[in-house]
Amino acid sequence: MQKQIQQIDRVIIRFAGDSGDGMQLTGDRFTSETAAFGNDLSTLPNFPAEIRAPAGTLPGVSSFQLHFADHDIMTPGDAPNVLVAMNPAALKANIADLPRGADIIANTDEFTKRNLNKVGYLDNPLEDESLADYRVHPIPLTSMTVKALEDFDISKKDAERAKNMFALGMLSWLYHRPTDGTIRFLERKFASKPVIMNANVAAFKAGWNYGETTEEFSVSYEVKPAALPPGLYRNISGNLALAYGLIVASRSSGLSLFLASYPITPASDILHELSRHKRFGVQTFQAEDEIAGVGAALGASFGGGLGVTTTSGPGISLKSETVGLAVSVELPLIICDIQRAGPSTGMPTKAEQADLLLAMFGRHGEAPVPIVAARSPSDCFDAVLEAVRLATKYRTPVLLLSDCYLANGSEPWRIPEIDSLPDLQVEFASEHNHTDEDGTPQFWPFQRDPETLARPWAVPGTPGLEHRIGGLEKADGHGNISYDPDNHDLMVRLRQAKIDGIARDIPPLEVDDPDGDARVLVLGWGSTYGPIGAAVRRVRRNGAKVAQAHLRHLNPFPTNTGEVLRRYDTVLVPEMNLGQLSLLLRARFLIDVIGYNRVRGLPLKATELAGAIQDVVDSART
Amino acid sequence: MTETANTNQPFAGLELVPRTDAKQTAKDFKSDQEVRWCPGCGDYAILAAFQNFLPELGVPRENLVIISGIGCAARFPYYMDTYGFHSIHGRAPAIATGLAASRPDLSVWVVTGDGDGLSIGGNHLIHALRRNVNIKILLFNNRIYGLTKGQYSPTSERGKITSSTPVGSLDYPFNPISLALGAGATFVARTIDSDRKHFTEVVRAATDHNGAAFVEIYQNCPIYNDDAFEPLKSPQSRDDRLVRLRHGEPIRYGAEEEKGLRLGKYGGLEECAGDDEGVVVHDASVEDPSYAFALSRLDNEEFTHTPIGVFRAAPRTTYDQLMREQIEEVTRKQGEGDLETLLTSGDTWRIT
Ligand code: SF4
Repeated sequence: MQKQIQQIDRVIIRFAGDSGDGMQLTGDRFTSETAAFGNDLSTLPNFPAEIRAPAGTLPGVSSFQLHFADHDIMTPGDAPNVLVAMNPAALKANIADLPRGADIIANTDEFTKRNLNKVGYLDNPLEDESLADYRVHPIPLTSMTVKALEDFDISKKDAERAKNMFALGMLSWLYHRPTDGTIRFLERKFASKPVIMNANVAAFKAGWNYGETTEEFSVSYEVKPAALPPGLYRNISGNLALAYGLIVASRSSGLSLFLASYPITPASDILHELSRHKRFGVQTFQAEDEIAGVGAALGASFGGGLGVTTTSGPGISLKSETVGLAVSVELPLIICDIQRAGPSTGMPTKAEQADLLLAMFGRHGEAPVPIVAARSPSDCFDAVLEAVRLATKYRTPVLLLSDCYLANGSEPWRIPEIDSLPDLQVEFASEHNHTDEDGTPQFWPFQRDPETLARPWAVPGTPGLEHRIGGLEKADGHGNISYDPDNHDLMVRLRQAKIDGIARDIPPLEVDDPDGDARVLVLGWGSTYGPIGAAVRRVRRNGAKVAQAHLRHLNPFPTNTGEVLRRYDTVLVPEMNLGQLSLLLRARFLIDVIGYNRVRGLPLKATELAGAIQDVVDSART
Repeated sequence: MTETANTNQPFAGLELVPRTDAKQTAKDFKSDQEVRWCPGCGDYAILAAFQNFLPELGVPRENLVIISGIGCAARFPYYMDTYGFHSIHGRAPAIATGLAASRPDLSVWVVTGDGDGLSIGGNHLIHALRRNVNIKILLFNNRIYGLTKGQYSPTSERGKITSSTPVGSLDYPFNPISLALGAGATFVARTIDSDRKHFTEVVRAATDHNGAAFVEIYQNCPIYNDDAFEPLKSPQSRDDRLVRLRHGEPIRYGAEEEKGLRLGKYGGLEECAGDDEGVVVHDASVEDPSYAFALSRLDNEEFTHTPIGVFRAAPRTTYDQLMREQIEEVTRKQGEGDLETLLTSGDTWRIT
């Protein structure tokens, strides 16, 4: 039977199943196939914090959403067009997000009375009329997989386990995905277990063949490759991009990377990744706690290394005293906060942007710290390079803000040319920098560079520059302990002026205002970049005029920020918190921005946000 | 960093630290800062003894780093003309770990106290000892909080009357030696502020140990806990109480060496006559720390038999060395990292 092929411009697929069903792997593989095919894409993994929540229950549902298109897209999408539900729990947990007319591919084998009851279905929704608004494809995925693997010498359990590959094969057929990558992947993954490897490959192919032969699917879909800027691409998640960024920063600064961290979701993957790159001379240290993590990193910085610690919000709270010390002793230090929903343990696998004020003010005393925020998964690479540039040039701890969505989400990344990477070369102090009254040359550890106000970085082992630093207030210049009131006033102001001065060293805030006559500005920071961009596009397509800007530096703000804000009648600030950037903007610029705030642990929905922007545009017009 | 491996270095803990032939004196290690401990504080004696000891290491000043936390003892680095870092309460072992692990060419010392090291920083101390990073930890134990004005500390005897415990403290004290041994420390010793000769011997032995060394120093705080160790210091009583541990020698003490130690029931040690044929010959190198632990348990509030000297010196490969070896090993097997290969690893595609 020759099946019909339909051209579409974009699709959002969500794979959902039990934590043990391998949905993240399935999603990853589909993503790789899609990337290799040349679509633009964006992903949103969503999984419980529990490693194996009880099977078949709602808390145990794990999902992976992928949005891919023939044009550039900015978000993993609000509402899936296709839901693959491996069990009743997966259906129940996700059905509310599906628009009418969406396809539901359900694994009927798992829709047993027991499993249905477990999640509160009295009747089988696949059989009653409750899903009449959707296109339901009931398919016995498990039993077909087992049947396909009859001839393999594997247990029934192992055969059943391959059902995710069957599903992947089927979806790959449905969307014309290339399959070589997945087959190569399975060959690699199960290299030491050839039987399991062959079974998985067979299940994958069986799924593909089933798609082709079944009458369940009369149409298959084609999404043409997107016209992205030329270059070599790969798919990358935020945490991976961040880890690579650190390795590159270490190379181009000439500083050895010392990562000291305590495991915490969703930051641990950075520790895992960097631990694999010892050949770059990377030292990774799993500390006894968060405080030791930042302490050891600061110790490495004192020794002339690139000291880095990675964590999430609760860890930042614990590290805060040491960050204050780093501010006081003016040493470079990188602190990465992969934000998650708080307070306290909150929702460790869900995203939020609610640590901005913690990053800004969460220390004792006047302790300003530059803040750099990444805006997309691949942007974590550039953001961390910028954090390292500021930390080493200004001898200061820098807070890098990412979040759970960026950390785990992925997108295609145009791999930079090696010689286009920034030069972050650092010079240590090697000579005396002061002469005392009787002409003796001396080293003054707090003698500042007149332009940057940075102090010299004199590392142990350098003869003649022996000096002591510490958390006690230091006299300007020679750096000995000082309790002098005027000196303290001066030092507090100098430390502040040093950080404020960074504003001169960062690009101005760029505004995207196509016709230059919008009256509403949407201003964001961090991972809301994608949803804001998608929402702004949508609003513009409806004919409304709206400007968009996004902050990379949250402290200090770019010098033109106030001027940009004043240019517009209304400034809307969407955030995944209760208005933290809004508060800073109001305080700093006396402009009453409007907040759009959601704290659902998920990225903002572009459609909802578009509605909110439209409302603001409409009311600005009247 | 230049690393001059030193082949004729006599100190095992300084193998990768450069050495100088320049003549050094105690004065070379004195900074220009005025020392500000209270008159009569035991810290003065420790500082002077330490500065006197350093020249024998032959390590250039710039390769010495002293890291401290908070407390009276923590002011130590300011008085030393070396590199120094006066950090925050309890965290010195963590900071020193990062420094020592990344810079094997430095001789890294931690100066801490009973509050700093055993209370607020207890976690870092035990883990630094467990990991066996090549750092030397000097814990000044005065059994009181000095800098915060006289509250009881985790080593204060029970029932101690202090500003925060006007009717007596309730908690049982730590025995720092037992704690360090329990944490798996490979070098554990105790000495006394007022005994320069003994102090120097112990610190020399600590330097000669490749790995984390823990040295408890009984230190007098004349302001808040005067004469806490008096029975161990007064010429009338000390010989009767101090059990001087000397590697390879039978453990005898008392003015006439009339007392000794022998194995007791249940794995402990007990007092016996000096000529008892069961007198234990001290061996600090025993791999199993049970013996050293038994020694540490001889301590009591009355100081009836207080061992000083090296309890344990049983070297094991250091954390920093293992870390370097892993990196070298991986680099040898896989070749040095190449950025382009790294960034283009995994599935890539080209858009033209
Ligand atoms: S309070 Fe005690 S320990 Fe502190 S400096 Fe004074 S005497 Fe020394």
